[in-house]
Amino acid sequence: MALPKYTEPHYRIWHYFYLLVCGCVFFFLIAPLFVIFPLSFNAEEFLVFSDGMKRLDPDAFSLRWYKDMIYGTKNPWGLAARNSFIIAIFATLGSIILGTLAALGLSSRHMPYKGLIMAILISPMIVPLIISGVAIFFFMAKVGLAATHLGIILAHIILGTPFVVITVTATLSGFDHSITRAASSLGSSPYNTFMKITLPLILPGVISGGLFAFVTSFDEVVVVLFLAGLDNTTIPIQMWTGLREQLSPTILAVATCLIILSVLILLTAELLRRRSERLRGINR
Amino acid sequence: MSSDTGKILTTDGIPLEESLKQAEKKNKIKAFLLVAPLLLFLIITYMIPIGDMFSRSIDDKMVTNMLPKTYKAMEKWDGKELPPEEVFEAFYLDYKILVKNKTAGKLQTQLNYEKNGFKSVLKKLARKQKKFEEGNYKEQIMKVHKRWRNVEYWRAIKRRAPSYTYSKYLKGIDMYSNEDGKIVQVSEDRRIHRILWIRTVEVAFFVTLFCFLMAYPIAHLLATLPMKYSNLLMICVLLPFWTSLLVRTASWMILLQQQGIVNDFFVWTGLVADDNRPEMMYNKTGTYVAMTQILLPFMVLPLYSVMKTISPSLMRAGKSLGATPAVAFFKVYFPLTIPGIGAGCLLVFILAIGYYITPALVGGASGTLISNQIAYHMKSTLDWSFASAMGLMLLTGVLVIYWIYNKLVGVDNIKLG
Repeated sequence: MALPKYTEPHYRIWHYFYLLVCGCVFFFLIAPLFVIFPLSFNAEEFLVFSDGMKRLDPDAFSLRWYKDMIYGTKNPWGLAARNSFIIAIFATLGSIILGTLAALGLSSRHMPYKGLIMAILISPMIVPLIISGVAIFFFMAKVGLAATHLGIILAHIILGTPFVVITVTATLSGFDHSITRAASSLGSSPYNTFMKITLPLILPGVISGGLFAFVTSFDEVVVVLFLAGLDNTTIPIQMWTGLREQLSPTILAVATCLIILSVLILLTAELLRRRSERLRGINR
Repeated sequence: MSSDTGKILTTDGIPLEESLKQAEKKNKIKAFLLVAPLLLFLIITYMIPIGDMFSRSIDDKMVTNMLPKTYKAMEKWDGKELPPEEVFEAFYLDYKILVKNKTAGKLQTQLNYEKNGFKSVLKKLARKQKKFEEGNYKEQIMKVHKRWRNVEYWRAIKRRAPSYTYSKYLKGIDMYSNEDGKIVQVSEDRRIHRILWIRTVEVAFFVTLFCFLMAYPIAHLLATLPMKYSNLLMICVLLPFWTSLLVRTASWMILLQQQGIVNDFFVWTGLVADDNRPEMMYNKTGTYVAMTQILLPFMVLPLYSVMKTISPSLMRAGKSLGATPAVAFFKVYFPLTIPGIGAGCLLVFILAIGYYITPALVGGASGTLISNQIAYHMKSTLDWSFASAMGLMLLTGVLVIYWIYNKLVGVDNIKLG
């Protein structure tokens, strides 16, 4: 973004001001995440930088809160993490299967009432979570699935499918249907065609939709708050309780782990996006 | 292959047109069958429960169920004069059961809504009814309190009968229907919901505005920088986007607390005195700051995807035709980004208007929004029909915005990452 030499001074000032504003906004976006790292290694119980930390005194840092997270007495995090992963994995699988099938149907040009059906399918993304939570709670309570893993998994499938539908439909929009016809004309069964031709091509879209569904489920707290019993506590629920009652540095240790997890997810999503664009022949 | 009538036939001997139609129909069914599992699943577990919320919100059988005999007896009463003995007897019998089961309090509250002063009358009856003798209940009840002679009170009971009501919706906007059936506002000191609605819209509006003002320059920078720099900067947008909402809220709680880093910074620069640190959390400021940062990526991404498609040569052309950079920007570039602005603003607004977690954690009492009120009634007061009514009012608002969004941008244009 180097300016040409002939730029007039006041444009030059304007340009640097613009860059400064952008810098501030980027700082505002990313900096809050980085407060958590150092504080999670705090040797003391307070959530402020101690004088020792400011002097970079090694004694002021410790792994005590990570130990507490893993070995602490009456520790809720182990159970919560297990529940979170079980729920998120099954919810993701469910969302992927239902969402991909629906996206395949939706992108067929023979699909009737496309607009209406699309609106219904992605409505869980538009309806405020609190309303979804209330509605899903009423349903689950009626069929006796409140405070069960299955109930929460079903709820998260509802919330996760719109993402899969959207990403897979987007992938399919650049899909060349003549290759599946070619496969059929060469004698491949529809199932075989799907597994060998369609699926590998739309896989990046499916996986990135799945990632969205996973993160949605893994991070979801509003609906779980209504649905969860004591046995179904999840990481977000524990964090929510912890943040409401008392901010302890253990939460920051957990938060650090979650940030690392999100970095991994971000990298995967980014790699997939590039691969998908390459496969679909979008050159930049 | 052409038949005598001139129609083209397929090898099976069916006219081609028909064969094509059949194939089309088959494809239609096939496409629909693929969508059907998800559609059915969502209709059963999601759409119907939302409809169920509606029936809950207008369902008002509470009082009818508490006084079954009374309402049966009242069917014949025209409501002009004092009701006959049967009504008094039925009411006595119903009320006796309620007092015995210790649920009379609910009835007292409900009837007091209908007619002020009913509570004390009913309470007195609850104490005296133990000594009642059999027969001639009309005299006995009227002896307990002179208001039982007033036909107004009996009319109030009768008025309370309908099993469907929109009173929860009225309560949601701080109104109620009074004795004469007129819809009036509640007294000034009890108008809490309207404040919440206004605050919710206000917060959503300003958060959207702040997000727009911050997102526009950085989306522009991301779209115009060479790929290798913009990819790096894009991480600053995507990492928060993928990070847990609670983690981000937690970091704001650490930053904004009174001994927090932001306050430390203000003290260090001398803007505020050390002993006079401003309260930035548990109020509206906290809600604004945290929500803006959390929702910012939802504004940047749609803006970026639109700006990416605008060719830089358009601005150059504008300038070469004599426009100053400012004119070229407002006449050429800005109008082209309007679809992205619409998408981003409506997305952020819809998300902000239904926000729950962040306001509940950093909002305090003056920063809570309508969602918090819904959750409060769901979990604490257990007034589920009121929670449903408020939820549906919020939903209606969101659907209107969604409809506008669909008209302006189209749902299919939502892009993620």
